[in-house]
Amino acid sequence: MTDATSIREAVERRLAKRYRAEARFRSFGIAAICFAIAVLLLLLGSIGYQSISAFTVNELSLPVTLERERVDPRGDGSPESLRAGSYNGILQDALREQFPSVTERAQLRELFALYTPLNAARLLNEVAENPGLVGQTIYFDMPISDHADLYLQGRITDSVRAEQSVAASPSGVSGEVSIRTDEPAFASLMAAAQNDLTERAEALERRASRYRNRAEGMDAGSAAERLISDAATAEAQAEVLRASAASALEETSLSSDLQSRLVEINGGVVKVETISQGGRVATGRALLPLVSADAANSWTIRTIEVPETERRFSDAQIVWTDALADAGLVTERFNTYLFTNADSREPELAGVQGALIGSILTMFVTMLLAVPIGVFTAIYLEEFAPKNKLTDLIEVNINNLAAVPSIVFGLLGLAVFINFFGLPRSAPLVGGMVLALMTLPTVIISSRAALKAVPPSIREAALGVGASRTQTVFHHVLPLALPGILTGSIIGLAQALGETAPLLMIGMVAFIADAPSLAPGGLTEPATVMPVQIYLWSDGAERAFEARTAAAIIVLLALMIAFNALAVFLRRRFEKRW
Amino acid sequence: MNVQPHTVKAFGEELNQLSSDVARMGGLAEALVADCIQAVVRRDGDLAASIIDRDKQVDVMEREIEKRVIRIIALRQPMATDLRATIAAYRISHDLERIGDLAKNIARRTHVLNESEPVVLTRGVERMGKLVVGHLHDTLNAYSSGAVDEAVTAWRADEEVDEHYNSLFRELLTYMMEDPRMISSSTQMLFVAKNLERIGDHCTNIAEMVHYLVTGEELHRAPPVPKSDLSDPA
Amino acid sequence: MTEKIQTVYHANQPANPKVALDGVDVFYGPKQAVFGVTMGIPDRSVTAFIGPSGCGKSTVLRTINRMNDTIDIARVTGSVKIDGEEVNAKDVDPVILRARVGMVFQKPNPFPKSIYDNIAYGPRIHGLASSKSELDDIVETSLKKAGLWNEVSDRLDQPGTGLSGGQQQRLVIARAIAVSPEVILMDEPCSALDPIATAKIEELIDELRENYCIIIVTHSMAQAARVSQHTAFFHLGDLVEYGGTEEIFTNPHDQRTQDYITGRFG
Repeated sequence: MTDATSIREAVERRLAKRYRAEARFRSFGIAAICFAIAVLLLLLGSIGYQSISAFTVNELSLPVTLERERVDPRGDGSPESLRAGSYNGILQDALREQFPSVTERAQLRELFALYTPLNAARLLNEVAENPGLVGQTIYFDMPISDHADLYLQGRITDSVRAEQSVAASPSGVSGEVSIRTDEPAFASLMAAAQNDLTERAEALERRASRYRNRAEGMDAGSAAERLISDAATAEAQAEVLRASAASALEETSLSSDLQSRLVEINGGVVKVETISQGGRVATGRALLPLVSADAANSWTIRTIEVPETERRFSDAQIVWTDALADAGLVTERFNTYLFTNADSREPELAGVQGALIGSILTMFVTMLLAVPIGVFTAIYLEEFAPKNKLTDLIEVNINNLAAVPSIVFGLLGLAVFINFFGLPRSAPLVGGMVLALMTLPTVIISSRAALKAVPPSIREAALGVGASRTQTVFHHVLPLALPGILTGSIIGLAQALGETAPLLMIGMVAFIADAPSLAPGGLTEPATVMPVQIYLWSDGAERAFEARTAAAIIVLLALMIAFNALAVFLRRRFEKRW
Repeated sequence: MNVQPHTVKAFGEELNQLSSDVARMGGLAEALVADCIQAVVRRDGDLAASIIDRDKQVDVMEREIEKRVIRIIALRQPMATDLRATIAAYRISHDLERIGDLAKNIARRTHVLNESEPVVLTRGVERMGKLVVGHLHDTLNAYSSGAVDEAVTAWRADEEVDEHYNSLFRELLTYMMEDPRMISSSTQMLFVAKNLERIGDHCTNIAEMVHYLVTGEELHRAPPVPKSDLSDPA
Repeated sequence: MTEKIQTVYHANQPANPKVALDGVDVFYGPKQAVFGVTMGIPDRSVTAFIGPSGCGKSTVLRTINRMNDTIDIARVTGSVKIDGEEVNAKDVDPVILRARVGMVFQKPNPFPKSIYDNIAYGPRIHGLASSKSELDDIVETSLKKAGLWNEVSDRLDQPGTGLSGGQQQRLVIARAIAVSPEVILMDEPCSALDPIATAKIEELIDELRENYCIIIVTHSMAQAARVSQHTAFFHLGDLVEYGGTEEIFTNPHDQRTQDYITGRFG
């Protein structure tokens, strides 16, 4: 062949290439890990960010007078009588007290929408528990409505305040108020409105011409006619907009699809509806009564950037919420409702407690069934069963079962447990049984692997001193396999904890407003579990449920991490060297 | 002997080296014995001197073989035939060294014999010497070839040597009684005969070792031949 | 192997053997691993089984305490008798048998428990001790017999797996002794140990010889030569030669034995 130096040269030539290949492979690996970490951080970050608003709650603390005749209609102080009290009325009155100027029905409805009537039940419970409160005035804490909460967290709209130094004199303190200024202080608002109107008119006109073009390109017929009529409508609307835009600099009416303008003057707030006299006079309703009708040199125009029609929180509610906050009646604190309440239609009162208890009960059943059955099956198959066709068949089937989609187990549970055995629907008992079926193959497979990993020398040692097979297994093999078995079982249970599909089939997807009790009786009560709760909330109509979904996901993740940490701990605790 | 070569080739080579060394040493010792008889018979002083010189070579070889044997035992832990071969080589080399010494001893006697008058007795000694050399030759052949039968034959033939010695002894005794002047040379002759008899004994030892080496069993010693009542002068 | 191998027996066969094998065949599934082994093993001595890997020596050893029962596909025919009692008889419980026939394995395999529990396990499951002090006595005697007492008497509660390899192997021997067996089987007990630890085990084996029938499988011919009084050479499932250790190692009769022990195996 070749001599030593040329061999060395050949090796060196390839060496650089080999090192490059190695460096390339390493960098791929690092890149893959970095990518995975980045995606994970992104995911966790977005969930975490979304959930922030769910972990804090703005609480309204109102002085509530528990008048005896309203709380205790029968006057005997008995629980029955206390339960018949009109607590919602009390809460309504407490709120009205803060805003005595609000009298109109429609406005009152808006005002009362700042809290959920469900809070009346909480007040009732508090009174029923402490009948001594009757007749007293207490501060009652309740979560403010989800919209108010979102508004306070700045998630509904931004607003801009423009300080004014021109002298302005309001015409009154409540009702219709017009504010007159010597200089056209409101002219900029009119110009903005004009701009806005013109833009919208132009948009409509563009649409109309698009429709017409399309209609021209088509054969005459009903479709073309409809297009033409649509175009005509748009043109008509544009014309109206243009007309109002033309006169906007003289007199403007701020419709609710424009940005709301609020004038804060003399401690009150006026919502500007029309601006006239070239921007010298603004007229509107006083949402919050003024302290005086004196002329003021220092006042503010507040612009709410999202038009009123595009949000579900009216200008009046904004003003009231701010007023309550200014009065110190609203405090932001950690949202304990999330953990102490069961599900609710009202996001501010919704919590995961029910689902958590449901999950615990379900997991309890699953653990009780899957772990012993699985472990003993594994022990029998691994240590005692003869190796023949039948056990081979069983082994293959167990492996296959592990790969069966979980929803199939749900269907099985529905058909067998509910329809055939008549067990109650939506119950943790059935859910646990279904999940146990689903978890069994995992537990069996991991337990068998753990048993297989025990060195045969230990078995020989035990058999060698005359231990029977059972003694060998239970005295020596099982203790050594225990960490592996525990880890496998816990990971199987964690998987079951995160399972949704099979539970949907057996009706655990229900809305459960009362948490099931943690007692054995709770096993047959309707319940739901964490992942299903997440699924339900992700579907919630209210925007506040978005944050709560994320919060529930975090709770579930925390639960999973706790489970896995337990698995690691148990492994460390029981692991023995041999 | 063994059909298969050793798994560890170096070990096999060492064993071969050992047995060829022993064979070489055997050849040397055989030549010494043959020459010493010639020296006695022909009263050849120069030959006798060369024998004394060559015996040193035999001694050196014995020490070398001993070292080799110690090395093999320490490093290779020989078993079965290998063990027997090693031990046989050690023992045989020892016997050969003794044979060399005895040959040297005989050669020394020539100096004394040369000073006296020639005696007729040399004939008997020569006959006996030829017999012993023949046995030694056969035994060493048996060692090299592994032929047990040859070794056994040589072993049995030792009785013949003993008989020769006895008759020579009686003859010499008669000479000495007849003529007291002969006493000095006859005594020397007696020593020569005794040494030859000892060489024959060492030959039997070697034959026994060859038998043990090949079969693993010891030769049953023949019932002790009643020797002369005279004490051993050697 | 088609032709029947004639075993070479040496002259000094035991008159009344402790363990007597007669025509023992062992099959692993369809494959025959041991072919008609017949031999008598004397009491109060050490008998070594030697032979190349896969020659069936361990398999023969394991027939004596029916350890082959634990392998599903293994099947044993022929007769194995201890003190004239058939071991393979249906009414012999392998558990009782294994209490009579202790076993020490190639790799030291103490239980991952304390030294005390390692020794006490056998007596406990067999109910050999009626009180704690009796159990303590058994543990102490066993450890003393195994020559380990001085080294571990102050740390009986520490895990047996924390000992050195040689100590572990002596612990395992002590564990075997603790159930007072009559026969001790050792399957290459020193193959995982250093020479000093090996020497200690060999010394121990030599001491135990006074009270037990010891059968040792070993790959080291030197070890067989050092510790045993009788040696059996196995080859390809056949017992080729059996006799006094001295004779086997100085003058084997069978050419295969000869080739094996002189290191000439092809």
